[in-house]
Amino acid sequence: MSVHRVMGIETEYGISVPGHPHVNAMATSSAVVTSYSGISVGDRRSGARWDFDEEHPLRDARGYDMSRAEADPSQLTDEDLGLANLILTNGARLYVDHAHPEYSSPEVTNPRDAVLWDRAGMEIIADAADAATRSGPFTIQLYKNNTDNKGASYGCHENYLMRRSTPFADIVHDLTPFFVTRQVFAGAGRVGRGQEGRQPGFQLSQRADFFEVEVGLETTLKRPIINTRDEPHADPERHRRLHVIVGDANLAEAATYLKMGSTSLVLGIIEAGGMADNLSLDDPVREIHAVSHDPTLTHRLTLRDGRRLTALEIQRAYLEAAWDFAVKQAVAGVDEQTEDILRRWDSVLTDLADDPRLAMDRVDWCAKLSILDGYRRRDGAEWGDARLELVDLQYADIRPSRGLALRLEASGRLERLTTATEVARAREHAPTDTRAYFRGECLRRYGDAVAAASWDSVIFDIPGQDALQRVPTLEPVRGTRDHVGRLLDASATAEALLEALRRS
Amino acid sequence: MSTQDHQRRRPEPAEADEVTLPERSPSDIDADIDAILDEIDEVLEENAEEFVKSFVQKGGQ
Repeated sequence: MSVHRVMGIETEYGISVPGHPHVNAMATSSAVVTSYSGISVGDRRSGARWDFDEEHPLRDARGYDMSRAEADPSQLTDEDLGLANLILTNGARLYVDHAHPEYSSPEVTNPRDAVLWDRAGMEIIADAADAATRSGPFTIQLYKNNTDNKGASYGCHENYLMRRSTPFADIVHDLTPFFVTRQVFAGAGRVGRGQEGRQPGFQLSQRADFFEVEVGLETTLKRPIINTRDEPHADPERHRRLHVIVGDANLAEAATYLKMGSTSLVLGIIEAGGMADNLSLDDPVREIHAVSHDPTLTHRLTLRDGRRLTALEIQRAYLEAAWDFAVKQAVAGVDEQTEDILRRWDSVLTDLADDPRLAMDRVDWCAKLSILDGYRRRDGAEWGDARLELVDLQYADIRPSRGLALRLEASGRLERLTTATEVARAREHAPTDTRAYFRGECLRRYGDAVAAASWDSVIFDIPGQDALQRVPTLEPVRGTRDHVGRLLDASATAEALLEALRRS
Repeated sequence: MSTQDHQRRRPEPAEADEVTLPERSPSDIDADIDAILDEIDEVLEENAEEFVKSFVQKGGQ
């Protein structure tokens, strides 16, 4: 068992025009997205549109479809509303989702690459906002957070490819206690409690208070801890894409890395037969709020079998099981990244149990709370003081000059895993080991001939040919550089590529 | 699985902790946080109350 599996991160950014709170957010989000096509070095893509053919947002993993009439309009994410929508040469999708600019990373095969292409996305979207500000009437500021503290929430979703043969009920059973408790290291921290943030205080998670049911299809209301959207963007006979909506957007790269890695390992445990220890919670929804509301990490969750364990103890049980599975299953030893994730998971749980401030170089809520406690100590600021709320908000500002997390990182106080050089490359180039490589390279090399693309297709419009040519990419680990690199190098034009594909 | 059994199979030497690195004391952390606050004071948006109040988002996924 290993942390390696096909995965990706989608992030909706908070968008604000200071001094002009009533500016239409769909318009400003569109301005941000369209501005990017003007500044990207490698993006010669002209008008490639998103191909909605394979979007099924109402298909439920429990085996049925919700009717369109029954759905909330915000769930109909397969309708092309004419909002800005770009496919980038790095294989990502940059578009407007509801009233937020969103970056969906290309498919990657491991947590380290998930961090890298997520970081690339943040820098892409920050530069796009700068460009939109320079060419427009307003200053547009973006935030990598999940709530306005006034009742609205927007997501940072993770996606993990799983085997279709694993029963969905098994996933729900073993994943729920993990999701309820992983916020101890994956929480981004929040000032205020309740969806509208009205009760004073601090909590671990931006998102926890917005979760109201255990399992469900919705993503915009009655949010479920386990989301059942069954839209694999891959061969549905073999694969499922687990769509995770319960997480916070992290600024700390180490938190994103551990969140993706530990979750991948727990999915591996489930695929291998499941946890030996039954950690089912008596009331997961109540507990996800209770864990978030307890920065002392001493709250005891009630299990169905009557045990009462802390979030750290439950996380420790998953870690022990992951160690055990990883060692047992690894014939040629545990791979480097899996071992790194296991060690980090271990040390962060140890530090959090000792003093959460020891984890302020890796865990967003610990960094944020340390700063907030500093203001409380130095200036006597009370919870509810607007300055503390501003620290919470500005922590997630994605401008390096103003964002508090980015400044902590620049001064070496928040661990950085990526380098500026590799991020610059990841902004323009796709990962080489998934189908994102084929998608990104088609846009980079033959952008003018690409009419549309999506996760599972690239559609060409060849001059002189009546019909559009659709190349399906239903297998996430085909279309890699090993697989198609030579073919692309030998094809000077899209027409030559299609000819070569027909022959192969 | 027993804990002992588990530790024996971990890919790390469990006994090699002869040398310990100096730990950060709480007062070191406090001193550093005061330095962080001084830096943050210089970049915080002006008029905190108005700024926070006007950050209004539409819901998303």
